[in-house]
Parts: sequence; C-alpha cells; structure tokens
Amino acid sequence: MNLHEYQAKELLKRYSVPTQEGIAVNNSDDAVKAYKQIASDTGTKFVVIKAQIHAGGRGKGRIKEVPDQSGVAVVKSAEDAERVAKNILGNTLVTIQTGAAGKRVNKILVAQDMYYDGPSERKEFYLSVLLDRAKKQNVIMYSTEGGMDIEEVAHKTPEKIYKEWVHPNMPLLPFQARNIAFNFGLSGTAFKNMVKFVTNLYNAYIGLDCSMLEINPLFKSADDKVIAVDCKMNIDDNALIRHQDLADMRDKSEEDPTEVEAGEHNLNYVKLDGNVGCMVNGAGLAMATMDMIKLAGGEPANFLDVGGSANAQTVEAGFRIIMKDPNVKAILINIFGGIVRCDRVAAGVIDAYKNMGTINIPIIVRLQGTNAEVAKDLIVNSGLKVQSAILLSEAAELVQKAVNAN
Amino acid sequence: MSVLVNKNSKVIVQGYTGTEGTFHATQMIEYGTNVVGGVTPGKGGSQHLDRPVFNTVKDAVVATGADVSIIFVPPAFAADAIMEAADAGIKVIICITEGIPVQDMVNAREFLKGKDCRLVGPNCPGVITAGEAKVGIMPGFVFKPGRIGVVSKSGTLTYEAADQAVKAGMGISTAIGIGGDPIIGTTTKEAVEMLMNDPETDGIIMIGEIGGNMEAEAARWLKNNMRKPVVGFIAGQTAPAGRRMGHAGAIIGGAEDTAAAKMKIMSECGIHVVDSPANIGVTMAKALAVMA
Repeated sequence: MNLHEYQAKELLKRYSVPTQEGIAVNNSDDAVKAYKQIASDTGTKFVVIKAQIHAGGRGKGRIKEVPDQSGVAVVKSAEDAERVAKNILGNTLVTIQTGAAGKRVNKILVAQDMYYDGPSERKEFYLSVLLDRAKKQNVIMYSTEGGMDIEEVAHKTPEKIYKEWVHPNMPLLPFQARNIAFNFGLSGTAFKNMVKFVTNLYNAYIGLDCSMLEINPLFKSADDKVIAVDCKMNIDDNALIRHQDLADMRDKSEEDPTEVEAGEHNLNYVKLDGNVGCMVNGAGLAMATMDMIKLAGGEPANFLDVGGSANAQTVEAGFRIIMKDPNVKAILINIFGGIVRCDRVAAGVIDAYKNMGTINIPIIVRLQGTNAEVAKDLIVNSGLKVQSAILLSEAAELVQKAVNAN
Repeated sequence: MSVLVNKNSKVIVQGYTGTEGTFHATQMIEYGTNVVGGVTPGKGGSQHLDRPVFNTVKDAVVATGADVSIIFVPPAFAADAIMEAADAGIKVIICITEGIPVQDMVNAREFLKGKDCRLVGPNCPGVITAGEAKVGIMPGFVFKPGRIGVVSKSGTLTYEAADQAVKAGMGISTAIGIGGDPIIGTTTKEAVEMLMNDPETDGIIMIGEIGGNMEAEAARWLKNNMRKPVVGFIAGQTAPAGRRMGHAGAIIGGAEDTAAAKMKIMSECGIHVVDSPANIGVTMAKALAVMA
C-alpha cells in the first residue's frame, strides 16, 4: 500500500526522524492559514507547496488545466499561496510517472523551505531502505547523488551507489550508521545528525512494516540539520493485519476504481490495456493464461485471480468487472478444478451468464480437473453461446479464433 | 527413495482443528498420508479426526515421532509456527499460509539457519510424492505416479503441469510447490537439485514467474549438472512492471527479473523453455524421447 508524502512524514515523526515541517490542506483558505503559520514559525516568507499524489516527478510535472503551474512550487506571500493552491487543488497533475491521463490532486502539503543560507554548504543525498530478496536481508541503499533518478545513477555511475545490509533480528548497528555518514562525507554536527537520522529511519522501516522507504532528497541544511525533504513509503500489504492505523490511511481515490471494486469481492484484479479478458483461479495460472492469450494473437485485458472458491457469485462479480472495460472483445475463463469441482463452476458460469442478460462477446470456458467432462456437458447443453474446452491447447485455439473474428 | 516426503513420513498438522486444517488434514488422510496428529495451542489432550491434538509441536514430536509438519496457521502467527516446528526438531516444515508479513519471514529464515531442517513455502500448495504422501492442498488424483518431478512457485499451474505430464503418458514422482512469496524456505535451485539427485525422477518440470532471481540461480546450477531433461516455463511474460500480480513476490523490479530475461538465461543453460503453458507436457515427452 502506498502512502502520501504528508502521511509518511507524520509516521516518521513517531520515530524521531526529522522531516521538513508542513501542513496538509485540501482547500485554498486553509492553504493561506497554513502559509501564515509556516512563515511565522520559520521567520521567512519562502514556503513550499507540494501536490500530494501517489506518483513521483511532481516538481517537473504540470497541471493539465493550468499548464504553467508545476506540482511543486515556492511561494512568497499569502496571495501567492492562495493562487497556487487554487491552480493545483481539484485539478490534474501530469508527471512522468502518472501517464498522460494524470492524477487529480485532492491535497497539498504547505511546507517549510529548507534551502535557506547558513554557515555550511547545503547537500542533497539519496537513501532508501528495502528488502534484498536474494540475500534475504534488508538493505540500505544510498548515494551522494541526491534529488536525481536513482536508477539512472545506478546505471551510469554504479560506483556512486553504496549499500549497507542489515542483519536480520538486529537494528542498524552503530558502525553501519557511521559508515553511511562517512560515505556521505560528513563531519561534526552533520555527521552526528546523520547517524541519528539513519538509525531512527531504519527503526521506522521495521516498526511500520514498510516494503520500501525512500528519502530523496535526504537533505543537509546550511545549519547542519539532516532532514527528510521528500519521502516515499510503501507498506507491506500482508502486515496491515497488525497496523489498523496504517490501513486507515489508505487513499482509495488514488487507485483504479475497478480494482477497488474487485477487492471488495475478494478478487485480485489488475487492469491492463488488451482486448481479451480473463478469469482464472490461482495467480500463477492467471499470469500463464495472460501469456497464452498473447501467443494466440490477442492482448490480455486484465489479470484476475478468483482464488480458491470459484462459485456463482465470484464468477458473476468477475464477469461484471471484466465487462466494464469497453476494449474487451472476448473473455476466457480458465479454471483448474482441484478441491473446487468443475461442474459447480460451470453451473456458476451459466447462472452468472443468465443473470447478466445479453453478453455480445464470445465467452470461452476452459474447465479442467475434478468433474471436467460433466462440466463440459453442462455448458454445451445450456444453450448459451459459450464455448467449452478441457485442454489448455483447445482453449488457446478458441481464443485465436475469437481474436481473428474481430 | 523419493524427495522430502514419502509413505514413511510421520506428519503433524499445525492449526489442526481450524477450518482449513481440518478440511485438508481429512483430504491428506484419505489420500493415505500418515498423519499422526496435530497441534492447536490450548486443545492439547483432545482428539480430532481420530488423532491426538497437542498443545506444542515439542509434545507432538515426543509422543508421535513426527518428522514432517504442515502449517495452516493464520498469517499473523505463521512465522512463529515455523520457528516452533524447527525448534522441536521437525525435519521438513511445509507452510501453506498465504499473507505472512515479509519481515516475519526475514526473521524466521534467520532462525532456521544452522538447524537441521528444511522449510518449504510459505504461500505454497505443499509437496506430494505421488501414491505415497500428499502433504499439501493439491488435488491428489491429478498426480498419477510416475517419474517426472515438478518444481513450481504456483499452485494451480503445478496441477496444470502435472495433468499435462500425465496426459502425455508420464506420471509424477514428487511435486514441490515452493511458494510465491519474496522470502521462501526452499529455493528453485534447491528443489531442482533434490529432484536431479532423486533416482526415481527422470525429468524435471520447473515453473517460475516474474520477480526475484531464483530461476536464474537454478539455471546456472543446471548448466553444469544437467543429467536429466528440464522443461521450464515462466509465467508473466505479459505482466506490466511494478505491479504485484497476485503473489506477493510476483512483481517486476528491474530488467533482470522479467519473464523474458529469465527465459533467456534458462534457455542458454540448456533448459527446454516453452513459451506457452499448454506445451509443458508435450515438450517433456519429446525431451525424454530424445534421451531414450
């Protein structure tokens, strides 16, 4: 589950990780109040306004309705804050990560400007914590090249990426925290602040069951403070069972509405761009079915795993979700009945088909496993325009025919 | 000989009296698996499915001599169940539970280091040695006894592969569902190595999916140890990058863990890679015919 920057920063504060101070608001009146508050707290008229969406590249992104407005802006007055808030809120931000459609902005973060002058040089670093699957350990990945696209840094200058693997069942050890601060080239107060920062940040990563925690830029201010200026936080979905407070932070407006609806029916659905819909039991078989659709000349319109209990209700819910996509020209149902009996699934398909009224696209049902023959007879004798297959290769041929007929 | 489980395995079920545990323990017993009892904390001393229930795995091991455990404990408590089994001296721990927090598995894997036991899963269909022991949730009738071994990250795709092997005139020796989570006990390479060393297995079907580097690791090992034909398939050739496809571990993180990259290295290492999941069985039959 993804969190917004302002939510992630609130959570980091619980772990004493210093962050850029800010106030999240959803209207321009509150934006003005927040501006005055921040300006008074910091003693400067410079304040930053940041659009809150689940996508990166906001600074270079543009508001579709107000093209000269970017997703992150420095404002110098209350009037300025009001104008920028109105430009951004309720409008659509298009960034390199959102795709051309962009994302509607419902909240902005009014935040302190960290780029003030002081006795030392300002620096921007990159730091993230994530799981190294191969080593089965968490790893802290960091670089002196802050504020940049880290994948580009890793590709062009791999020597500028450092890694610190954390021993399972242990916190980040003091020598490791010092390694990081030394590699950043810090000394004195900034060094001490960095050691504290990374130690607390790792505790936050573990305590919040993050699957990824990225601070970019990780900022050293001109007065040697170490601050998270931006933060991207993903929570391990499996761990939400023990973090109700985090689960409550989920912003469904950031997700595809069809995917949200599928989730409410306990269906695992991912929308894709193709023309052949599919409904499958099991994630691996679902991916394999998508691949087979492609090999048959079609393009998969979705990933849909109905899980272990394929009954009339789940099949009907699956049908309705797939049919919401106007690009779908055929649907393949692929169920390997093990514990689930194929004849029951077939009855479910027939019921769902009848409940749905007119379906004008070819439906191919492949049922294999327990009672597969009985299931095939049920479908053939139902009088519905449903094509039946038992072998996966037969199903592939039927998909090919359906695709070619379009 | 066989791999991981056989007719002599003494199996206990953790989460024995719950809905899932009861249902699948019943199926396993019907299949002929030697289920000697189960564990549900607080219900020790009672009987369930005509077998004793114990409070702890230790009690179960002492009383029954159990050496294999299958876990149906809910996700929040499953990592603890794995560690309890390891601590009690269980040799083969098979964890079916889906949805275990990743950090719990990082810690459980560390706990298992140096202990004389093997974890299979979590988030897996289990292990079946056809005709001898079913320690999992797979439909037993699909796995007709024979000499093909299966290693797979996916449940229903394992059944699909086994069914194709049977329909192509072969049968199954042992099928190992290793699971679809980012952190699992037995890797693809370890499972393939066990089957390569199993005298009752003549060919190996290796089914992977997007995410991680386990298939590449197995392929590199196979390059120098290919004593039997291996047929490979990677699910997710059409999956978009960065999206989790059902399994927690099935997510493309970079250029190395796409289906195309995995299929390429598997092919280079001598594995018979199929593009379509419909061709797994026929390809194995052909590969064996060439060897004969």
